[in-house]
Amino acid sequence: MPTPLILYKIFKAGRVSEAPPEADLSLRTRVQTLHADILKVFGQAVAIRHIDAGSCNGCELEIHALNGPHYNLDGRGVKFVASPRHADLLLVTGPLSRNMETALKRAYDATPEPKWVVAMGDCGCSGGLFGESYATRGKVSSVIPVDVEVPGCPPTPIALLQGILAAVSPAGGNTTDPDAPGRANE
Amino acid sequence: MKIGGHDWPLEPFGKHIWRGRMESGQLLAWVRAVREEGGQLVALWGSDDRHLDGGFGIHAACLTSAGLVWMSSDLPADAPRYPDLAHIFPQAGRMQRAVYDLLGIQAIDAVDTRKWLRHDAWAENEFPLRRDFSGHSPAPLAHDTYPFIRVEGEGVHEIAVGPIHAGTIEPGHFRFSVIGERVLRLEQRGGYAHKGTEKRFEGMDLATGARLAGRVSGDSHSAYVWAYCMAVEAATASTVPQRGIWMRALFLEIERIANHLGDLGGLGNDVALSFGLMQFWRLKEDWLRLAARLFGHRYLFDCMVPGGVAVDIDDPGKAELIGLSHRIETEIRQLKAIYDEHATLQDRFAHTGVCQPELAAQLGLTGLAGRASAQAWDARVQFPQEPYEQLNVSMATQRGGDVLARAEVRFSELHESLRLVRDILLRMPAGALHAPLAAVSASCEGLGWVEGWRGEVIVAVRIGRDGRLDRVHPHDPSWRNWPLVEVGMPGNIVADFPLINKSFNLSYSGPDL
Repeated sequence: MPTPLILYKIFKAGRVSEAPPEADLSLRTRVQTLHADILKVFGQAVAIRHIDAGSCNGCELEIHALNGPHYNLDGRGVKFVASPRHADLLLVTGPLSRNMETALKRAYDATPEPKWVVAMGDCGCSGGLFGESYATRGKVSSVIPVDVEVPGCPPTPIALLQGILAAVSPAGGNTTDPDAPGRANE
Repeated sequence: MKIGGHDWPLEPFGKHIWRGRMESGQLLAWVRAVREEGGQLVALWGSDDRHLDGGFGIHAACLTSAGLVWMSSDLPADAPRYPDLAHIFPQAGRMQRAVYDLLGIQAIDAVDTRKWLRHDAWAENEFPLRRDFSGHSPAPLAHDTYPFIRVEGEGVHEIAVGPIHAGTIEPGHFRFSVIGERVLRLEQRGGYAHKGTEKRFEGMDLATGARLAGRVSGDSHSAYVWAYCMAVEAATASTVPQRGIWMRALFLEIERIANHLGDLGGLGNDVALSFGLMQFWRLKEDWLRLAARLFGHRYLFDCMVPGGVAVDIDDPGKAELIGLSHRIETEIRQLKAIYDEHATLQDRFAHTGVCQPELAAQLGLTGLAGRASAQAWDARVQFPQEPYEQLNVSMATQRGGDVLARAEVRFSELHESLRLVRDILLRMPAGALHAPLAAVSASCEGLGWVEGWRGEVIVAVRIGRDGRLDRVHPHDPSWRNWPLVEVGMPGNIVADFPLINKSFNLSYSGPDL
């Protein structure tokens, strides 16, 4: 039975989770008026649906990394979900390939209001090295409204988390409301 | 050069790399000779050569007993056609369809002529890689349809999955035909991540080209940039300083370790052992953070440049990297003991997603998945480029061809790469990191060939008279392995698909280009 080995390993590795970064409000590209109302109810707990719209898969590496033990996403009430219908926030990567354009629009429409969109990576923010071409639309905001843009190739997990938190922070930027759910585990 | 019992006119074109040209009518005899001696077709691509006073070109890279051979044929500008190669090497099928979508070059008598990379972004009679292609900006989307192969019979139904998947993975479509839970057939449709990469290379300067090459498939950044640089350096007859070459090998092995750590965690997670995910991802994160501290980027993006590398490592850095490699080695040994003993994990891994060795050989399974199905090929071993000829890489192979075998190969390669990292660090010569490329005065070509963590990455480069990129074809090993995922799936249950898919962990962006 491997159970003693597992327990020993968990005990030995200890807790590696780190304190989360502050939201980086400079990454915001727009503020929705619904913000205050939503946040009153949900705090910063947010369900994210990731959509790869033609990324090189570099950004996906960092999304995976963000789900690792160092970043303690669940502890913040942030989780990745399997369907846009379950999501508050769409996290979109890639220079928006034309072959994903229809799927992206459909996913956006399937996400219930109110919703946020975070464009991730240089490609999602500007088209990056791929730019706009016969095969790409470039930045994500050329097809759906975007609330936050997180540049980087790829952005680090910390930068990505700062962007996600910027989307779900109150308009004024107060991220330290101790009563907000989703902060209970700190 | 004798291959398959015949003599072929081949010129040396680099270390273990050969160049040949022939009439397109002879191509069939050539690939048959390759097949007869147990070789493989690695890549197939086309080119528009009309601006170089030619017509079109069809190019095949084949693995032979002599090394890698880049064979080309000129095709007439008014009717570019060549014989179908897919009946000899089935892996050529999708490549032929992509060549048609991008260039309008036709494989004569091909069985499957459905579109592959083209969806609805450009019309059937337009070909983006032709020089006179006018659509440089997005045209309105047309209506897209695709004839999947239908399985019929009582109780058969289809499950359509993607292009957006339930997890954080790349876009692609999978069509399952099932009875109950059992899969009768799986058909994949790719091309969703097509972003016009090859077109983007046209006219680009050599330094920017390296950055773009590294973003063909981000998880294989170092493999792609190295292959691209190798091609550019061969084309321009430039020399790379020894320290630069050893640093490249260091980067390639660091990349292999990061990916294998991630995959072994992901495989645990897919059989509900989230303990495995958290432990392996903890190690991976430590590894990435050290890479960021030592080289300025977690995934070593843009650390390699044409002519050498952009960053160095000092003695304290070496000590840190060696120290972490020892700690990770100890920990993965403990984690392996847990995976080995874990009954549920073993039950889900063993006999799942089997690719028999015979089928793997027939269909050309490559890279780590190939080695897990007894395809004992590793370019670092059979045809080592510098500095691997001095490193004595030990190849990992298994015969099982199931998820378990692919996990075992990853464990073995992790240990070997951790050893290689230490070996490279201790033996790396001092000296310059890079040297300027030699100037270009005429059109020139080069080929790069690197055993990345997933399999062999090939980049073919043609540089124009002006010293800028004229045609670049980067080729991902996933081209050859995706069809085997289709083959490994029937008989399994739908719920095992994520596990099987993860065990191959193929790139979507790489072959979608």
